[in-house]
Amino acid sequence: MSDTTLSKVEFNAEADFSDFFALLKPRVMILVVFTALVGIIAAPVYVHPFTIFVSIVFIALGGGASGALNMWYDADIDRLMRRTQNRPIPAGKITSNEAKVFGIVLTGISVVMLGLAANWFAASFLLFTIFFYVVIYTAWLKRLTPQNIVIGGAAGAFPPMIGWAVATSGISVESVLMFSLIFLWTPPHFWALALFMRGDYEKARVPMLTVTHGRRSARNHIFFYTVVLASFAFCTSFTSLGGWIYLATAVVLNSIFVKMSFDIWMREENEAELDNFRVERRFFRFSLIYLFLQFGSILFDLGLGTNFSWSLV
Amino acid sequence: MNFEVEHELHKRRLSKNVGLGIVLVTFVALIFGLTVVKVTDGNVSSAIAGASSNE
Repeated sequence: MSDTTLSKVEFNAEADFSDFFALLKPRVMILVVFTALVGIIAAPVYVHPFTIFVSIVFIALGGGASGALNMWYDADIDRLMRRTQNRPIPAGKITSNEAKVFGIVLTGISVVMLGLAANWFAASFLLFTIFFYVVIYTAWLKRLTPQNIVIGGAAGAFPPMIGWAVATSGISVESVLMFSLIFLWTPPHFWALALFMRGDYEKARVPMLTVTHGRRSARNHIFFYTVVLASFAFCTSFTSLGGWIYLATAVVLNSIFVKMSFDIWMREENEAELDNFRVERRFFRFSLIYLFLQFGSILFDLGLGTNFSWSLV
Repeated sequence: MNFEVEHELHKRRLSKNVGLGIVLVTFVALIFGLTVVKVTDGNVSSAIAGASSNE
């Protein structure tokens, strides 16, 4: 090994601050922060703004901890997939062991601090969510079954319930409704990603639906799940979470979302290859906007007082 | 005068150390703020006013 190569290896071995930050999966964290915040604000109990702020910080940190532990466990398959091979561990900037210790320490800090800032029910819920994401989803389901994303998606759906628990120290119909919205949204979101990141999951031998049941089946599933999600999101308008703005948002967003999933359903594979999966990529991007707007509408109804004075649930 | 170019390794360490410093200062600020909110039961301004009227 020449001196030049040696120094390159040394450079790669020293991570900077941004590499540790990347371990926390900051983009996923934005979703966690926003939905947890909606959970706290939508709850019928007053929480001091500073306590809300601190709780959100530590819920986000807990989400980040689960991201770091996920990257530690999945380092072998992250090296094989185009989408993940620039993550800090496969890129050689952080060792697997560093990521594991980092994740465990952050889990401890986030759970204890949420317990002290809010309550121990919310803290236990956060710990359970990290456990669910790392053990149930990452270590068990992800490499075992094509239903990985369906069941594992629950981990990403828990933050609004944790937020609700921060305010109320419990669970209620409303928090379960918010959970269900994200739970039903997750499969079509990730299956669309699997359609246009083709090859990645095959290479890593991850049994995504596209790999085990074929891409036609994934297209069918996307349409079916989107119709179920749209029906559920629409019916939620008539619960205590709903209001005029939620209803209007649900009608517009879900009509667009179902139409887009219908386009994915109708497409043949060679047609999708010709335009480099334009429709699937658009569906994936829109799914992110969908979730933010649908949850945002809950806040608008609360802020503007446009909630329905009656509800079925 | 010193014209030594800083090694990239040092830049990375500096970034890590500065980042960690900011995180620690933020953590202390959060603990302090949370303590104030908990001790005053959320009524920070009235607690301060009460303390000054007792003096």
